Amino acid sequence: MSATTTAIEVPARATAQHGGVTQLRVIRSEWTKLWSLRSTRWTLLVAVIGMAGLGPLVAAIQMSRWSTMGPDDRLHFNAINTAVGGWHLAQLAIGVLGVLVLTGEYSTGQIRSSFMAVPKRLPVLWAKTGTFATVAFALMLISTFVGFFGASAILTQHHVQPALSHAPALRAVIGAALYLAVLGVFCTSLGALVRNTAGGIALFVCLLFVLPGVVAILPTSLQNSINPYLPLNAGTTLLAGRPEAHTLSPWGGFAVFCGYTAIALVAAAILMRRRDA
Amino acid sequence: MISVENVTKRYGEKVAVDGLTFQVKPGIVTGFLGPNGAGKSTTMRLILGLDAPNGGSVSIDGRSYVDLPAPLHEVGAMLEARAIHTGRSAYNHLLALAQTHGIGRSRVDEVIDLVGLTDVARKRVGGFSLGMGQRLGVAAALLGDPRVLILDEPANGLDPEGILWIRTLLKRLAKEGRTVFLSSHLMAEMAQTADHLVVIGRGRLIADGTVDEFVRRASTGAAVRVVSPQATALRDALAAKEARVDSVERGVLEVHGLSGQEIGEIALAEKIVLAELTPLQASLEQAFMELTGETVEYHASSTDTDDPTTLRAAA
Repeated sequence: MSATTTAIEVPARATAQHGGVTQLRVIRSEWTKLWSLRSTRWTLLVAVIGMAGLGPLVAAIQMSRWSTMGPDDRLHFNAINTAVGGWHLAQLAIGVLGVLVLTGEYSTGQIRSSFMAVPKRLPVLWAKTGTFATVAFALMLISTFVGFFGASAILTQHHVQPALSHAPALRAVIGAALYLAVLGVFCTSLGALVRNTAGGIALFVCLLFVLPGVVAILPTSLQNSINPYLPLNAGTTLLAGRPEAHTLSPWGGFAVFCGYTAIALVAAAILMRRRDA
Repeated sequence: MISVENVTKRYGEKVAVDGLTFQVKPGIVTGFLGPNGAGKSTTMRLILGLDAPNGGSVSIDGRSYVDLPAPLHEVGAMLEARAIHTGRSAYNHLLALAQTHGIGRSRVDEVIDLVGLTDVARKRVGGFSLGMGQRLGVAAALLGDPRVLILDEPANGLDPEGILWIRTLLKRLAKEGRTVFLSSHLMAEMAQTADHLVVIGRGRLIADGTVDEFVRRASTGAAVRVVSPQATALRDALAAKEARVDSVERGVLEVHGLSGQEIGEIALAEKIVLAELTPLQASLEQAFMELTGETVEYHASSTDTDDPTTLRAAA
């Protein structure tokens, strides 16, 4: 660094290209930010492996004990649920990373740099959620297909493989990617609301996984009316291989989950504009 | 030009900035001085639109920071608290900032080179020393080639070589006609860098003027040191003119209320030999302590009564 003390050159003004902040430019910036962190790459790798690997793994286990399974078990075996089952793992990785996308900036102070470059602030929120949702959707769609075909190949030995031409199967594959992408936006919004990594992850786990447990200790009649509207249950209706009692319709449930996400996102946007950074 | 008008900022019960008004003019380095907790960083955050004031307004060339269409081209800022994700490399940090304004990669390389971080540009910022972090902050501030530079404690954590580097750089930038506004709690550093000073204490304006004015104002009422073999006779002669005279040691007097010339004339009239006659000009450091002495937010309990400069100012 010693060389810099002697010669100080301030580059001419012309070298910095002039131009203002646009939403597209902020998206490009957020794309760079997303991929330039190791945590992103590792967490997404976990999500991809979980999504693509868990279905085939469970399928292999099921097939190995197929001959010893009773007729009741065989009847209840759901090939679609098995094939796209990786979402159970992937959702934790996507949710945590979604929270981190924003809280990582608050905990390090990076958010001040971000807001100094984009003082209107909201373009940052849109770019972050949009970029992350797109990346999550693309990666999860590919991984789900890989998991689905992998599981199908294993399930063929007992001719119980799901066919993609079957409407619920295709819906489940695309639905898994859709659910995880929207979950990413939901969790990024939670992160923006609490601005703290531990708090954001706790809130995510609480809303998605603890709430169902709380509802489970309520009287059954209450359970049946509340359960369909819980974020996890509503969000994953698209993934169901066959219709179940006390659930919303596939797209209806997904719409409810999108509604929760929209509420969280709007609340995050309002607070982001108002609060001191 | 940065214009701060009657700005107030409260955090809960605590008033961080209280009816502050001042302007930062282009083409000079303006120092922003105050003890720790005086509200310097808060004021900078208000200028940069990071915090919203409870009252008053802040503008940069007549516009609020939030309304600037290309803020990085208008204002380059470096905040005291690090504002960088530690998991990212210096290059990627700057690239992400540059991309929000469509600034090219060549400019990113240029500023990295300018601050001397080329060798470590691809390393994660988490491993940077304080000085390297400061250099990266300066690089980010210069990225958009801005007309206004706002730097919070830029010399903090730099070695002597680094301090010389930042001082030369800032003067150069001001000479190019840019507005340079930097904060410090170190008076000596300011004396060598700044042309103009804005001094605050407890969120209020204490002084706003050139560095020279500042020293002169603080020196008013300062003593004159006189050494004479006839100190006792001189003491009586001066006392007769209503001056306050302290005997510092044998043959050495400190005279308050008379100028050096007046003392010389009195000595001549009384035919008293003078061995030494020195106006005691307050140093910048003393001047700063005198001005802010009452407003220091966190100080050791003994300093405000034992401080000789405070006593002298009161005389």
